[in-house]
Amino acid sequence: MAEVETNQKKKRPFYKENVPLLMQGNEACALGALAAGCRFFAGYPITPSTEIAEMLSRLLPMFGGRFIQMEDEIASIAAVIGASIAGAKAMTSTSGPGYSLMQENLGYAYMTEVPCVIINVMRGGPSTGLPTKVAQGDVMQSKWGTHGDYFPIVLMPSSVKECFYYTVKAFNLSEKYRMPVTLLSDEVLGHMREIVNLPPPDELEIVTVSKPFEPPEWYKHFEVTPDYLSPMASFGEGYRFHLTGLTHDEYGFPTAKRNEIITKLEKLRLKTARHLDELTDVLVEMMDDAHIMVVAYGSTARAARQAIRIARKKRFKVGLIQPRIMWPFPDKIVREYLENVDLVIVPELNQGQVIREVKRLRQRHIRIIGLNRFDGELITPQQIVEKIKEERH
Amino acid sequence: MAEQVSNVTHKYLRPKKTFPNVWCPGCGIGIAMGALIRAIDTLELDRNEVSIVSGIGCSARIPVYLDFNTLHTTHGRAIAFATGVKLGNPRLHVIVISGDGDLLAIGGNHFIHTARRNIDITCILINNYIYGMTGGQYSPTTPFAKNASTAPFGMVEQSFDPSDLAISSGATYVARGTVYHASQLSRLISQAIQHKGFSFVEVIANCHTQYGRLNREGSAVKMIQWQKECAVPVSTAAKMSPEELEGKFVIGKLHEVFRPEYVSEYQKTIDRFSREEKSDQQLQES
Amino acid sequence: MADAEEVEIKKKKWKRRPDPVVIYKKWCKTCNICIEMCPKNVFDTDRDGYPVVSRGLDCTQCTICWMHCPEFAITSNEK
Repeated sequence: MAEVETNQKKKRPFYKENVPLLMQGNEACALGALAAGCRFFAGYPITPSTEIAEMLSRLLPMFGGRFIQMEDEIASIAAVIGASIAGAKAMTSTSGPGYSLMQENLGYAYMTEVPCVIINVMRGGPSTGLPTKVAQGDVMQSKWGTHGDYFPIVLMPSSVKECFYYTVKAFNLSEKYRMPVTLLSDEVLGHMREIVNLPPPDELEIVTVSKPFEPPEWYKHFEVTPDYLSPMASFGEGYRFHLTGLTHDEYGFPTAKRNEIITKLEKLRLKTARHLDELTDVLVEMMDDAHIMVVAYGSTARAARQAIRIARKKRFKVGLIQPRIMWPFPDKIVREYLENVDLVIVPELNQGQVIREVKRLRQRHIRIIGLNRFDGELITPQQIVEKIKEERH
Repeated sequence: MAEQVSNVTHKYLRPKKTFPNVWCPGCGIGIAMGALIRAIDTLELDRNEVSIVSGIGCSARIPVYLDFNTLHTTHGRAIAFATGVKLGNPRLHVIVISGDGDLLAIGGNHFIHTARRNIDITCILINNYIYGMTGGQYSPTTPFAKNASTAPFGMVEQSFDPSDLAISSGATYVARGTVYHASQLSRLISQAIQHKGFSFVEVIANCHTQYGRLNREGSAVKMIQWQKECAVPVSTAAKMSPEELEGKFVIGKLHEVFRPEYVSEYQKTIDRFSREEKSDQQLQES
Repeated sequence: MADAEEVEIKKKKWKRRPDPVVIYKKWCKTCNICIEMCPKNVFDTDRDGYPVVSRGLDCTQCTICWMHCPEFAITSNEK
């Protein structure tokens, strides 16, 4: 249903196009957001995500957008949802503690099907944790964070360039599926500088939520269409609809009728379940003849990529699977490759979160072991190689 | 609906919603809702450009019935959502409807900061001194020594004066009305909507089902009559001593100043950039 | 008796005159605010507690009843 349109010609470029630029992951996220058409940002300062807010506070007014620093993260996500309902592409950025505060209103956004983007630059947790150290502890929170039954889309880039492209993708997916999309970056990725070549914004594919064309009296804000993606009007366009966090019918009015409750909650699931092909983005490397599979994501995937190269030189048949859309989890692909391997290593910067997903997909007896590090440092390629050696001898 | 039943308020009610409404018989919220509708009607606002935002609670059910762009949000966050709606589309007239528990307890932080920011939002607080929907628990405005279901031996905390709080937080228009003085109330609300900046209207409403029952204040009618006895107009209050004003409340326009408004100030920044054509190089440096 | 006659005459003259305010019974929740607040005491209650216009000629169209009706169930019949 979502219509694809190219970004119209801007008077000013966002950045120097097609030349090598040295930038941080956070800056790439900010530029990606602008290129995707983000025109509203509400946030609250939190290490290590502040660079995104700082950069957008400077750039947004130049392109007619608005930046606001709210009183807390709860208000930030509320303002983002409000702006999105009023018709602006909106986002916020935060880190672990702020992401926890946002969960309440994220649930509201899932329920009312409002597109918005949340960038969570992960840091050590729980609680205040390690503000300046890296961790990947929010992976399961991004899936199960808020109460109730919902099916999120979560992206996990692993390089500065991917930060740019996946921020654009996050906006596109959120506009297409009319739901919040979380981009899980982490402290290392956010502060790491890499040389990137960014394309001109008008070469990017930008998706904007499709607008209804029926007259207002026929308009259903939560219409159940065959592909479960419904068009969305904004406030001030003549469609005077009601939005509520209560379970509602297709018009948006609160309901307690059993069939309408089921329709609503099933729609939330089928929105992603019916489009799993599009929502599968996995980087598969050297898996053709592999007996050992490494499942890594985020900044750990960088180490894993290096590790499989080293291990290959030592004649271990290792391959890498890197889900870049973390949720919905790429069940189909992972299950397929699990058929042919006898050892799976899941390096993670936590005490084992995604390893549960891999174990869930295990059909026969395979050793699935985690390589966990949670001392605020990255897993090195050497550690992964050592682990492989240890398991093989 | 019978064809002969139609007054100005009915024009703005949603045809798809079923009446009677959800509130208890005689609830002041319905009267406040009528006052709001008449205020919008006298201002002749385009109803596509009016957005009504509410949180959770009895008063937060108002938007469901109104034929505007309505948003029923999470508990206490209505005013933060409203900030986003206003910034997302500055043409909209954004009106927040909130209860005393919603706005002053869980949403207190958002309230004072939005008042400080002086963004062009109208906030209507329907103050019935209690949490009505959850069964009569004490709220930040429950007066000292009054009963509530969670204060069975009398309230031991001190209470807020919402209007004073709004003035000291930086709201630029503050008024108080009651549901007894319904026509004055709609006048105050229409002034508040016209005011550029954060405007706040406190509406004293009756909750006879919870507050009235627990404090033996009688039926809806008795509670509304009580408002008449206790309300003192601003002009009269100016001549009265603090002792005389004990136990009473002042109604009317309490405060109005003019300060730079957030959205228009931000627009100046945007306009500055659209005038200046910055070079590619300068942008890179920034 | 003179009063009664006057009323009779008025009734004849305004035979087709409808009630000054109309109460929509389906929406009314019998909270009695209109009955108590009416300065001219126009309303009475019927057997079920609903307000009925019994002294319609006294009505001055002051709008108090429908302005204070929380259910929007009263409306004035005159412009």
